[in-house]
Parts: sequence; structure tokens; C-alpha cells
Amino acid sequence: MSEEQSFTLDGRRVPFQAGQTIMAAALAAGVYIPHLCFNREFAPHGSCRVCLVGVNGRMQAACTTPAAAGQTVESETGEIREIRRGILQMLFVEGNHVCPACEKSGACQLQAVAYYVGMLAPHYTHFYPRRPVDASHPEAVIDFNRCILCELCVRASRDVDGKNVFAVQGRGIEAHLVVNTPSGKLGATDFSIHDKAAQVCPTGAILTKHRGYEIPIGQRLYDRKPISVVGDVATLSESKGGRRHD
Amino acid sequence: MIESKLKIATCSLAGCFGCHMSLLDLDERLFELAERVELDRSPLTDIKELGECDLGLIEGGVCNAENVHVLMEFRARCKILVAIGACALNGGVPAMRNQYDLKDCLEESYLRGIGLVNPQIPNDPEIPLLLNQVHPLHEVVKIDYFLPGCPPSADAIWTFVNQLLSGQPLALPYTQIHYD
Amino acid sequence: MAEPDALIQTVHDIVQRHGGMPTRLLQILREAQDSLTWLSPETLDAVAGKLGVSPDKVRSVAEFYSFLYTAPRGSYDILFSDNITDRMLGNRELLHALCDRLGVGIGETRADGVVTVGTTSCTGMCDQGPAALVNGYALTRLDPPRLDRIVELVNGQIPLTQWPREFFEVVSNIRRADILLGRHFADGAALRAVLKRGPEAILEELVKSGLRGQGGAGFRSGAKWVSCRNAPGEVKYVVCNADEGEPGTFKDRVLMQDFADLVFEGMTLCGRVIGARQGFVYLRGEYRYLLDALKATLQRRREAGLLGAAILGDPTFNFDIDIHLGAGAYVCGEESALIESLEGKHGVPRIRPPFPTTHGYLNQPTVVNNVETFATAAKIAVEGGAWFANRGTAESKGTKLLSLSGDCKRPGIYEYPFGVTVRRVLDDCGARDAQGIQMAGPAGHMISAKQFDRRICFEDLATGGSFMVFDQSRDILDGIRNFTHFFVHESCGFCTPCRVGTSLMRDLVTKVHTGHGTRYDLEEMRKLGRIMRVACHCGLGQTAPNPVLDSLDQFPESWERRLRSTAFEPAFDLDAALEQARQLTGRSDPGAYLREEELMLGTMP
Repeated sequence: MSEEQSFTLDGRRVPFQAGQTIMAAALAAGVYIPHLCFNREFAPHGSCRVCLVGVNGRMQAACTTPAAAGQTVESETGEIREIRRGILQMLFVEGNHVCPACEKSGACQLQAVAYYVGMLAPHYTHFYPRRPVDASHPEAVIDFNRCILCELCVRASRDVDGKNVFAVQGRGIEAHLVVNTPSGKLGATDFSIHDKAAQVCPTGAILTKHRGYEIPIGQRLYDRKPISVVGDVATLSESKGGRRHD
Repeated sequence: MIESKLKIATCSLAGCFGCHMSLLDLDERLFELAERVELDRSPLTDIKELGECDLGLIEGGVCNAENVHVLMEFRARCKILVAIGACALNGGVPAMRNQYDLKDCLEESYLRGIGLVNPQIPNDPEIPLLLNQVHPLHEVVKIDYFLPGCPPSADAIWTFVNQLLSGQPLALPYTQIHYD
Repeated sequence: MAEPDALIQTVHDIVQRHGGMPTRLLQILREAQDSLTWLSPETLDAVAGKLGVSPDKVRSVAEFYSFLYTAPRGSYDILFSDNITDRMLGNRELLHALCDRLGVGIGETRADGVVTVGTTSCTGMCDQGPAALVNGYALTRLDPPRLDRIVELVNGQIPLTQWPREFFEVVSNIRRADILLGRHFADGAALRAVLKRGPEAILEELVKSGLRGQGGAGFRSGAKWVSCRNAPGEVKYVVCNADEGEPGTFKDRVLMQDFADLVFEGMTLCGRVIGARQGFVYLRGEYRYLLDALKATLQRRREAGLLGAAILGDPTFNFDIDIHLGAGAYVCGEESALIESLEGKHGVPRIRPPFPTTHGYLNQPTVVNNVETFATAAKIAVEGGAWFANRGTAESKGTKLLSLSGDCKRPGIYEYPFGVTVRRVLDDCGARDAQGIQMAGPAGHMISAKQFDRRICFEDLATGGSFMVFDQSRDILDGIRNFTHFFVHESCGFCTPCRVGTSLMRDLVTKVHTGHGTRYDLEEMRKLGRIMRVACHCGLGQTAPNPVLDSLDQFPESWERRLRSTAFEPAFDLDAALEQARQLTGRSDPGAYLREEELMLGTMP
């Protein structure tokens, strides 16, 4: 039997199997690396860049970088924390994230990751984009102001639900999420809140209608313990604070 | 040795005074605080003129010309200026009007609203003119520290003020950092 | 607009011509737009239907490329090249004059639908600007008399084919030739060499030559070809990256115009060496004017037995080349984004590894090389690796084509052995009064006169060939600001630090450039630049802050003289932010203004 392969992550030995990424191996070993566009049920995307780690001194996204024997990986250094914080701040000023007015608050991955990396304020100059809210669907509402372009709903709808409800269009800072109908309205699609795509949003961009603010402040998913301990809202069952409808 | 008390000023710009309510939620700790600090201009003192201060705590974002003047005065007179609460940090709920042109906001409120008599957009010079958009404080002046929350809890304010006054590095426990 | 049936028929014909292949989507959309002037929802749906791909995929491609329009455009679509070198040559004045004369706003279409005037990123005519594109065709050496004539032609709705030929004349301006441009090459010589000596021997020569990617990245070409040759897979591809989008470079344009045979020969050679039967040239949309001539060259080569089936009579030597046109996306110069674009998708760089040598076009092993690399490889196959390695430096063998533009007497193409000093180049091109050089384009390095003894080679100043000269009369910050706009426009939007960071950087630079910045803003630029350098998904974002960071180091005085003495300045113009309210209320009392002199602006204890 061949010896188990491993790399070190912040000085700790992390075993991995051939083909695993640094992220996958770290998760399997119970080590948290903050992330937004990564969801273990989907192929890595590598767009949010929050999971940056130093790999033998070079910054790489943990979710897309293959693990290799003997790698020295750094994650929780002051420098990397600062970079991650900067990326979170960029996401916060790019959209309109008004946490006090958002039902997802307290169980929001974007917010929880921002807490985790120590973001106190958005720092940069706000873009205040003007984006629509789509309440045309009987079961769900989309607030495009909160979209961070992680494309998890795009991937879930296309690859799991087989409905291809969402897409990202436009280039650069004009890139934006769209609903694939001539009217651009969710109500004109066969989207359902039981779809995978309804359950993977790391922000409050896609929300279930007719329920909200059900859990008192102080008892919500990320109110007491950080996301590194609690886990991602999208991967938790409802009894554990997630919002799955399956 | 008797230390001279530190001077603190507070104000609410485009906010709801919720952060000040949270400050009052310090309850009996207010007495302890009063041992160490003296309040200058603040809604709690009704002092109108801002003196030279060690610390300024500002709630609310910047939505009009008066907010700009007050904020700049605070910046000029406070050695340390702290943005407190969601509105001061990112504009908060008042900044949700940034989704619309100012013209539409004013017309909806003063010209097209239901039950209006003699509709007109107020133009009295006593009323501060609105900026096109609501902005967080750090887009107008240099801010030294940020304390998030809507509002930040009394515990968070207490931790923050204590650490600041005692010269400790600022480090809020996890449960005291939240954006809502 | 075309009648529904006519539209369907037009789309049908175009899709048929491309064999109904989804990989041809970008080409199909280009041609549909050529016929219909813009891509209406009906057109996009028709394309999706005929190709059997989802409408959103078609739309996302249409929305991604600058030269594809999902809103109506004028029959004459005029785009001014807006590189800093065009600006130095006075393009802004011409742009404004043209808009005035035509009665149209910048970026707008005239009410009668006849003409649209806008700007675009560098069109690669820096040595003969100010330049523009009209309906995708390059216009050069614009001046007021030409502008007058263009106004008449547009207003008279004269077809482009009847416009004066000289407006479209693109000259090569080869000022210095060395072993690549200077020696005669007999068509077919490299192919004969590979047939005679075998692929292994040729590969050996290529490795021995030390040739490195001439696009600027400098990966060793021999190693790349070996890796692709050894990669498992029956079907392999050769891709020539002629998406020369780096502002200030135009040497690939000259190679494609004057040395196309040599480039095609290099690609065919590569095909033989790695075992590929199909090659693609990805030609940037701005070089559309070259397309017909290039197709004719390909046909001539087929007829001469240098391309197609049984090359040089050898039944085992089959290789053909197809040309894909880009449509205005700098990011497609990145090899994996280029492959995505070749596959008919929007050009977002892939996650690497795997690299194209194992997983390239259609996931098959693919060599992607720059135009100059293929041309050079063809020569090496004939002359030998030692011949090439004889020139240059230890780590940078052979020669390099430089594209000289900006403040110099003789802009154009200069071929030098690697290792030449910046100073020598400046002397040769007649740049007497240089203040600084933007080397390798906005993504490269900005260097000041203190560094003119540095050498152009991978050990020191690596470059894909762009070399823009700024003389003492220039404000370096004009260039920097222009570059930050370029990166905002060209970011693909996939990753956070590039998508958002490029806009933040542009705004910071603009703030300082317009005299509203402080030292605090310079520090903000540095911090933001440091994040972008390490955090972005691809080279575009990682290099986007380079001009800002370099100039902060190299030209601190250019920045400092713009700074306010205050500690901090607002991110926006306070008084301008009251303008709407003033208008709505009709107020003009003192309280209706935020005058700087009455504010405690930037005052701190």
C-alpha cells in the first residue's frame, strides 16, 4: 500500500487523494477555507477568489488548485486575510447589500464570510447600481441587487434541475444575472422553490416568498458561531438552520 | 492622579437614532462611562456648539448639505472619528433611495402622493438640500474606526469604547459583530 | 429591419455556410450582423434555433463582444481607436469634430439611423493614427480633410466600396529587419525540411534554438510542442494567436499582412510535428481588412500543395487552416479565453491547469502560439536551432519584433536581437526627448529615463512588442488614466478583483488626475493594486494595476503635483451632488451650495 499523500496547510498535515483540490482536501480534513462560489456539490468555478491561499508562496484559488504532495499552503495569514477582506469589500460595494432590510440576514453566507475575514465596513466607494427586483414568481423573489455572480444558481439550474433558468450576460462590470425568458421574468419560467437552484444562493438574491424573519435575532444560523464552525447555509438541512425544501 | 476626562461628541445624520438608543442601552454602565468621559455636543446633551473633542461617534449616512457641514465639523474637531451603525458604514436603509433619481423621490413624496393639498416640492432655505445620493461617511471624510450593526448592540458599543479608551487593540467578540 | 421571413432565410443561409456547427457561433453572429446591421432578439433566436443551442448561450456571446450589437446601430458604424497613442495624435479633437459635423453624440446613433460614432480600444494602427474602424474596416491617418470627406460620404450614404482607397491604406513601416524580416524564405522550405528530417529532428532544432513565446509570456516553444506531441489524444490542434490586442502593438498585423506565408508555414510545420490536421488563426476583429487576402493566401497554398490534403505529395501529411475573426475582446488574447472563443463561446479564461497542450480546443491537445512564434519556428526549421540561438542573450535567444509608437520620428516595426537596450531603440526611432516608455503595453512595465539602459529580453524587460514613447511634453497621468479605462472596458467580469477592482482603480486615478486626490488615495491605489496582482483569475486582472503601480514608483512627481495638501478629499463632488435638488427647488440661497471655501474640507485635528 502506498503511503498516503499530504500537504501542509498552515503547518497542519492535510491528507489528500489524487485529483482532489486543496479546498476539497481541506474540507475533508475539517479545515475551513472561506469561499462563496464554491459548493462541494458542483464543479469548482474559481470566480469569487475568496478562497485564495498561498501555495508554495504563490496565491491560488484553493477551490481550483489541485493538491500536490509536499505543498506548503498558507491560509490564515495576516496578508491573506487582508486580501480576502478586500475582495469581500469589493463585493459589498459592487451591489446593494442592505443587511438590515434583507430576510437572509443572519443566515447569509456572504455576510458570514465577511464576519469571518474580519470585515467591519465596506471601505471602498459604493457603486449603488440600480438593479431590479423580480417578484413575478408565486413562490420566489429575486433581488438582483444582492447577486454576487457566483453562478451557483446558473450551474444548479442547468446541471441539476435541467431547466437552465439563469445565465450571466454582459462583460466586465456590466456582467449581470438574467432569467432566461424573453420577458426576463422568473414567473415565466418553470422554476420551483424545490429546485436546487433555489437553495444554493450564498446571498439573499434568491429568496422564498411567504416566509421571512422567522428566527429571532440572536438565534439565527450565524448569530452565535462563525461559518467555519456552522458550515455553509446551502449545505445544511432545514433542521440545522438551512432552508432546503427537499 | 486625577486624569482629565475624555471629551466625546455624538450625532445622528441620516439615521434613525437607533444607534443612540443602543448607546442608552448601556444602562447602568452609563454611570461608569460618565466617570471617564464628558459629553460634548450630542443629542443627549443638547449642546449645540461642538468643542474640541477626543472622540466623535457618528450615526447615519450623509444625505443632505447639512449632514456634510456637520460631518466635516466633527472631523475637524474630533481626534478620533468613528462611524457607527449600518447607515454610517454603507448608507443603510436611507441609501435605498439611491435606486431612484432624486427627482422621482421628491415628486413621489410631494407631488404625486395620496392626499396632498397644494402639492409642491419644499424649497424653504431652512430645509437642507438633498444630495443626489445618500453616501456613507467614509466617502466624505476620513473615518478612523467603524462599528457595524443596525444598531450595534450596547455590548458592542461598550466593548469598543472600553478598548478604545484604554488603548487596547480593537477586537470585538464574534457575537458583537453583525451588519443588522 | 428585415422582414421576418427574410431574416430567417438570411440566418439559415449563414448557419448552413458554417455547417450548422455551434463552434462557429461567433463567426455566424458576425456575419448575421454584417447582413442585418445589428443582432435583434429575433435574429438571436433564429440563430439559436438553427444551431440547436439555447437562446441564452447565443445571447451571452452576443453581449460579450464589443463589436456585436444587440441594439440598433447606424448603417455607418464609426469607432475611433482610443489608445493613448491615438490621443497623442489628436484623436479626441477629431472625434468631437466628426460628431459635431454629423450631428451625433459620442457613442450614439443619429436619429435617422445612418451613423453611429463611438470609441474602441487600440486598433493596432499606432504608427499611422489617429485611426478608426468603419463597419469593422480600418481607417488610418485621420486628419481634418479626411474627416470632411467622411462627413460627405456618410451623409451621401456612399457605400464603403466607393470610399477612397487611401483612407483604408495600411502601411507596414518596417524600419529595421534582422533574421526574421530580412532574409528571404522559400515557401515550403520548412515543410520540406520536416519531411526530410522528421518531426523529432525539427523538434530538436526548436528546443536547441531556445525560442520562447513571442507574445510576451515567454514559455519555451520547443517544450510546448513536445508536450502537445506527447499528450494522449488522436485529434490535436494548432492555434495561431493573432488576437493582437495589447495597446501599442501591431507587429502581428505586419506579419499577417506581409509574411502570411511564413506564419502559415510555421503552423503547418507545427501540425506535422505534433500530429494535428487542423489549424486555426484567431484574427482580431480589428484586422478584418486582412481576411480576404489571408483566405486567398491559404487557397494559393492549397493549390501549391503546401496546405490541405497530401502536402508536398505526402499522403500522410494533411493539414488545413481556418481563420476565425474575433469581435473586440482583449481578454481573448489569453490562450484559454481564445480557445473558448474559438469554440463559439464568450471569452472567459479557463481554470488552468489543465493547460491547452493537453486540454485545448474541444478539450484536445492544442498548441497555441503567437504569430511571430510560428513565423520564427518556420525559419528555425530551415536554418537550424544554432543559427537562431546565435543571436540574443543567454535566456532570450534570437530576435524580437518591436512595435514603436508615440513620440518618435520613425514609428513602425523594428526587429532587434534580444538584449538590445531601450536607449538604442530610442536612438534608432528618433525619440530625442523621451520621458518614459510604456513597455509591453498597459499590462507591461512603465519605465523612466533612469532605466533606459535596461535591456529588452526575458531576463530584464520582457515584452510582446509594444513600445510606446512619451516625451517630456506629455503628462504621464494622461496615459495611466487611459489605461485604467482600457482595463475596465476589457475585463471579462468573471472574477471579483478584476471586475470590481478595475473600476475602483479607474475612479481613484481619475480622482487624482482631476486634482481631487490626496496622498491617502495614492496609498489606496497601491493597496488595491497589490490585491489585484495576486488575486485575479487571469493575467488580464493581475497585470491591470501595473501602469498605476509602476508610475507611482517611476514617476512619483507626476502624481504628487496633482495632489491636494489636505489629508483627505471626498470620493465625489459635493456641490455637484446638490445640483439636481437646486434645480428641483429653484433655490440659489447660500445654503443651496457646498462651496469648498466654506467647508472644513479635509480638516483634521
